[in-house]
Amino acid sequence: MIIGFRLNGQEVTARVDHPASLLDVLRDQLGAYGSKNACEQGECGSCSVLLDGELVCSCLVLAADAEGSEVTTVEGVAPEGELHPVQEAMNRVGAVQCGFCTPGFVVAAVDLFERNPHPTSREIKEALAGNICRCTGYGAIIRAFEELAGREVR
Amino acid sequence: MEVIHPRNLEEALAAVADGMTPLAGGTDLMVEVNYGQKRPERVVALRRLADIADFSPTRIGAGVRWRRIEKEGPRALAQAARTVGSPQIRNAGTIGGNVATASPAGDGLPFLAAVDASIELTSGSGSRLLRWDEYFVGVKQTARRSDELVTAIVLADDLPERQEFAKVGVRNAMVISTVCCVVTRREDGATTVALGSVAPTPMRARRAEEMISSERSPSEATLAEFARLVSEEVAPITDHRSTEEYRRHAAGVLARRLLERCLRREAA
Ligand SMILES: Cc1cc2nc3c(=O)[nH]c(=O)nc-3n(C[C@H](O)[C@H](O)[C@H](O)COP(=O)(O)OP(=O)(O)OC[C@H]3O[C@@H](n4cnc5c(N)ncnc54)[C@H](O)[C@@H]3O)c2cc1C
Ligand code: FES
Ligand code: FES
Repeated sequence: MIIGFRLNGQEVTARVDHPASLLDVLRDQLGAYGSKNACEQGECGSCSVLLDGELVCSCLVLAADAEGSEVTTVEGVAPEGELHPVQEAMNRVGAVQCGFCTPGFVVAAVDLFERNPHPTSREIKEALAGNICRCTGYGAIIRAFEELAGREVR
Repeated sequence: MEVIHPRNLEEALAAVADGMTPLAGGTDLMVEVNYGQKRPERVVALRRLADIADFSPTRIGAGVRWRRIEKEGPRALAQAARTVGSPQIRNAGTIGGNVATASPAGDGLPFLAAVDASIELTSGSGSRLLRWDEYFVGVKQTARRSDELVTAIVLADDLPERQEFAKVGVRNAMVISTVCCVVTRREDGATTVALGSVAPTPMRARRAEEMISSERSPSEATLAEFARLVSEEVAPITDHRSTEEYRRHAAGVLARRLLERCLRREAA
């Protein structure tokens, strides 16, 4: 079947002949490589996207269930050529090692700061509990968002 | 591949009767699909079906997601919701999916046992209510017929004043329970103790309940006896997550801790 949805504000279509995930369709058909595939079981958050405005793992969304929905990936969090404040914060602090987990953290943090512009350190950690950094670079990641939240940085 | 988005419950039920696989948040089903264990070719997608997302103090629609229960659910169920997976999982996962999967480790299930909740099952020919102990029949086995959907969780209108949930796992976030437990207590001392991950289905520790319900301010020795009875009553197994022995021990410790929280709230 052919499905259609809005990806970062643009109408797109894809063909799904088997129970593919939204993540598969994003990467294999739509060239949106920002969402990473690491575990395909909802454990790592590297495939995080906003589906109709809600943070979810795109590896656990049946692609055909996105029909008619609005999907925002890391490519769509800021206008072309610009950075989202969350991305700038990570740049400032150097919160990136190999970078594999970064898109997932960016999308999860964008979601957090949209709902809560001044999260506490605890709220930041809880909001990012679904994102795993295999380089274990959590210190700098948390610091970047504490700074953005206007918190004292340890 | 065929996927339909039903506009109302009738369309959803017709699809299920026609053999289509229900899909809610996908947080159980898609894991199986990604592992190649399941390959549903005909799916009825319930994510946007408002008819099963109703919410009231006595009725929680199957399509209600953990994210909402975390904020609005009865105390112990809200506590359980807060421990499910991660924000991403709670934004997608539903209580109906938890109940339909019926994993022994389902964190929403001990609450249902503790308050004697019923599961509403609906097919084209009407609805029936099954009490939790009629509904859960084994490991991932329920009394739901394949032409039925879980449509709601039905609760009594006089839930116990004190109710506490906690779980033991290998870390804080994103963890499947090694043991999970709900203890409830009423003004008159009536206590219920329900546990998950320690038997094929959620279960009640009836002997421990009976013993403690008549104690108004239990002594240290009574609390220790309560924990011992809980450990004795559970029927855990050893698997990749833990051992039988540890689960027995943890069940007693956890139930006692939750009882003490109820007692402290009683005193306050
Ligand atoms: C990373 C991760 C962490 C998790 N952590 C936890 C945890 O801490 N605690 C916990 O309890 N669970 C956990 N889970 C499991 C899962 O998130 C929950 O069981 C969730 O409630 C499932 O709901 P869902 O809407 O996603 O179900 P789905 O995956 O959509 O459906 C699950 C099953 O139920 C069927 N189904 C769905 N809705 C209905 C209905 N209305 N009627 C009949 N059948 C139906 C489907 O066909 C499928 O077989 C976790 C899962 C993942 C991936
Ligand atoms: S790839 Fe989706 S959570 Fe890991
Ligand atoms: S920077 Fe390497 S996985 Fe996080």
